[in-house]
Amino acid sequence: MAIYIVKRFFMMIATILIIATLTFFLMHSVPGSPFDEERTSNPTIQANLEKFYKLDQPTHVQYFDYLKSIATFDFGPSIKKPNETVNTLLARGFPISFELGMVTILVAVISGITLGTLAALRHNGIIDYSAMAFAVIGISVPNFVLATVLIQQFAVNWNLLPPATWSSRMHMILPTLALATGPTAIIARLTRSSMLEVLTQDYIKMARAKGLSPVRIVLRHALRNALMPVVTIMGTMLAGILTGTFVIEKIFAIPGMGKYFVESINNRDYPVIMGSTVFYSAFLVFMLFLVDIVYGFIDPRIKLHRKEGDA
Amino acid sequence: MVTRQQNVQAPDEWFKPKGRDAEKAESVVRPSLSYWKDAWRRLRKNKLAMGGLVFLIILTLFAIFAPMLSPHNIEITQYANQNQPPSGAHWFGTDDKGWDVFTRTWHGARVSLFVGVAAALIDFFIGIIYGGISGYKGGRTDTIMMRIIEILYGLPHLLVVILLMVIMGPSLTTIIVALTITGWVGMARIVRGQVLQIKNYEFVTASKSFGAGTSRIIRKNLLPNTMGPIIVQMTLTVPSAIFAEAFLSFIGLGIQAPVASWGVMANDALPVILSGHWWRLFFPALFISLTMFAFNVLGDGMQDALDPKLRG
Amino acid sequence: MNEDENTLKKNGQGGAAVLTKPEAAGKRKQVFSEVMLSVRDLYVSFRTFGGEVQALRGVSFDLYKGETLAIVGESGCGKSVTANTIMGLIPEPAGRIKNGSVLFKGKDLTKLDKSKMRKVQGVDISMIFQDPMTALNPTLKIGEQLTEGLRTHQKVSIGEARKKAIKLLEVVGIPNPEERMKQYPHQFSGGMRQRIVIAIALICEPELLIADEPTTALDVTIQAQILELFEEIQERTGVSIILITHDLGVVAKIADRIAVMYAGKVIEIGTKREVFYTPQHPYTKGLLASVPRLDLKEEELQPIEGTPPDLFAPPIGCPFTARCPFAMEVCDRIYPGTTDISVTHAVDCWLQDERAKKLFD
Repeated sequence: MAIYIVKRFFMMIATILIIATLTFFLMHSVPGSPFDEERTSNPTIQANLEKFYKLDQPTHVQYFDYLKSIATFDFGPSIKKPNETVNTLLARGFPISFELGMVTILVAVISGITLGTLAALRHNGIIDYSAMAFAVIGISVPNFVLATVLIQQFAVNWNLLPPATWSSRMHMILPTLALATGPTAIIARLTRSSMLEVLTQDYIKMARAKGLSPVRIVLRHALRNALMPVVTIMGTMLAGILTGTFVIEKIFAIPGMGKYFVESINNRDYPVIMGSTVFYSAFLVFMLFLVDIVYGFIDPRIKLHRKEGDA
Repeated sequence: MVTRQQNVQAPDEWFKPKGRDAEKAESVVRPSLSYWKDAWRRLRKNKLAMGGLVFLIILTLFAIFAPMLSPHNIEITQYANQNQPPSGAHWFGTDDKGWDVFTRTWHGARVSLFVGVAAALIDFFIGIIYGGISGYKGGRTDTIMMRIIEILYGLPHLLVVILLMVIMGPSLTTIIVALTITGWVGMARIVRGQVLQIKNYEFVTASKSFGAGTSRIIRKNLLPNTMGPIIVQMTLTVPSAIFAEAFLSFIGLGIQAPVASWGVMANDALPVILSGHWWRLFFPALFISLTMFAFNVLGDGMQDALDPKLRG
Repeated sequence: MNEDENTLKKNGQGGAAVLTKPEAAGKRKQVFSEVMLSVRDLYVSFRTFGGEVQALRGVSFDLYKGETLAIVGESGCGKSVTANTIMGLIPEPAGRIKNGSVLFKGKDLTKLDKSKMRKVQGVDISMIFQDPMTALNPTLKIGEQLTEGLRTHQKVSIGEARKKAIKLLEVVGIPNPEERMKQYPHQFSGGMRQRIVIAIALICEPELLIADEPTTALDVTIQAQILELFEEIQERTGVSIILITHDLGVVAKIADRIAVMYAGKVIEIGTKREVFYTPQHPYTKGLLASVPRLDLKEEELQPIEGTPPDLFAPPIGCPFTARCPFAMEVCDRIYPGTTDISVTHAVDCWLQDERAKKLFD
């Protein structure tokens, strides 16, 4: 287990390094450097930029210096907003985005697993068909479409819920719903198919032959095995939810990091794009690392065998 | 226990030898269909998947011909026609530039379908080459190539795509390049797995039959079985590419008007949705959703139809 | 009533006594007289995409207390379906018992509802599965998988259950049972796993053990060890065993009686001696001729030609007709009745008819 964690840890560091490098050189390849004076309108900003990126130094010095500042969690200044850095934006926006993301994951995991399990237990029944109809629609409707439909119906037409921002529990319902539907659908489908597979296994038949109650068979014997594929897709799922927050925060005018990120893309605030990308990637890779460790705890076999290719 | 005797009545003339009928015994085995015919038969039974297929065919035909046949101009702004609701002249209404939403929807279909299909095809070619080499060479080469894949797989794809799009600037080419730079990894893994499988089979059959009929076995049994997962993966790449394109458009990295994708149309319509111009968002959103739905159900259906494990 | 007394008796024993039923010990190889299980005219079908498969078409046999009955036949002949039906494990709603009864100590198991059946499963009747690699849950510790059945059916403390499980692991030949209780299935070899599966099946001291191809997935040397374990357990506890197998070597080693199944029917049943030395049904003869034996030269080994009939549309007559070297017209048209060769030996075949005997003389 220790070797497994160490190995995963080094892979995480390597991935972050690759992303930071990629970001740095891609930004430097933008025709007419994004850090040119004509792009910045403000002397304070220009001074900040030159200080952070060491623009007077040769590229390799800039590169190593950049890596050093990333290692100390310093992601650089903004070129559009004086006195703002990626760090100040993160400090303001990230807690909100994090909350949105976590609530979404919680909703998606709980409802997705419940739905998928029920569908598998009532295979080819009404619950199964309606759950899978919901799932295929949930996967097919992009979250921005769902978000606008929800606002239109619940906020505008029926006036039940607030249409925007993130200021109370009530405000959190629509954005969470819009963001969680896709992941819920994916988890439900995966849980269902892996549950159906697990239910045909000999050890389930053996559990039935022991005369155990159906509840115990599902909860103790089937669910844990059925959830392993779900755990393995949690990484990609997190990435999807994270990018989803960009869209949802834009639509619901939630002042999270995603909104600042989309803003920075729209007004080509390169240093912010660069800093946020590196930060987001590091965050995601770290989450993947955590998921891998959780997986190691859930599946006892991982301690001896190397994890198979399919992550 | 009471001793039983023959308790069934039978006429005497039936007691004559019949002889063994081994041929008949063999003939009771149900006729075996070829792999593709069988898969097609099962796909055809899946109404949802067939519905998806029919929808996609119609969509493609409209995407090709509708813009050519449309009488409406979508290059010059027509202020007289601004933001009109759906009517006989403009079936899907018009937008803020006075352009016909129906015509623009089919232009959007071209963009979305092109992006999706191109991404799937390029993924397929890169995946076949990379995965093929990795699986075929095996050993050290395979280990190194797979380690690279493992690291790439850990990269947050959409973030890398965003970064690339920011650098290269939004256009049809850059969107496809950005999507495929990150997208081929999944396909390469599947191809490698399938190649390894073929290698195993080859070993087994060669040792059994010393070459005789090997090529036939590969053609008849192995290729279909190994192509199945690859085709399914391609079918499911299309909707995810369409979604990615819509997502990028939505955060401001889309291909710009007039020949805009569905994502761009939806993004442009968003600020005015509360002013009641619902048709500007509704139609592109509907078509994105329907297209993704069609590809998803078709992909699912193909997965079920091609899975040899389920063959009844 | 019967059931209540039974439960009471077991509760009284608690976790203390392990596999000791003195009144049964030593009875082995005596005359078996008490019928424990009686399967009568059982019909079971499965609905599939291709149509309805008639897996069992009127299966009847008795099982006596303390004996080992082997059910043999080619794959798909219905032997595993028979086991699953007795055990109440027919997958619903695809599978259905269309007719017949399974009388276990006078109680019809096919008529019990699911919750009543659960009080029989693992308590009175236990099952051992073919592949020990898949029969154990990979994510649960051996200890839990051993004790959960006991703790579900009897009011015993965790400590008592553990104690009994450890003793049982010793009985089935697992070294260091106390340590092993904390381990997961992947930490055991195939043979060891099958021993654990057997221990799990025995934990509630069942009266009937159904073993579905228990040695097929194992190495030959391990196979012999597991079969010895079965004999040892039967001697200690007097448990009745139904052994499902296609391996006549296994049958020769531990069976008392043999039932031969073909296309969803029991076509011949008798003591081991009767079936091995005076087989009556051409299929049984063919089956025996297709097994390699040390006293025969290789060219005398004869496989049975052809394949079993399609159970989507089984023939009206004898299902073996198409492959039978002695087939007559009548075989195609009418299924033969049962003829008793001796008190213990019975066969379904038209060759027993006087007219047929004349024909082939």
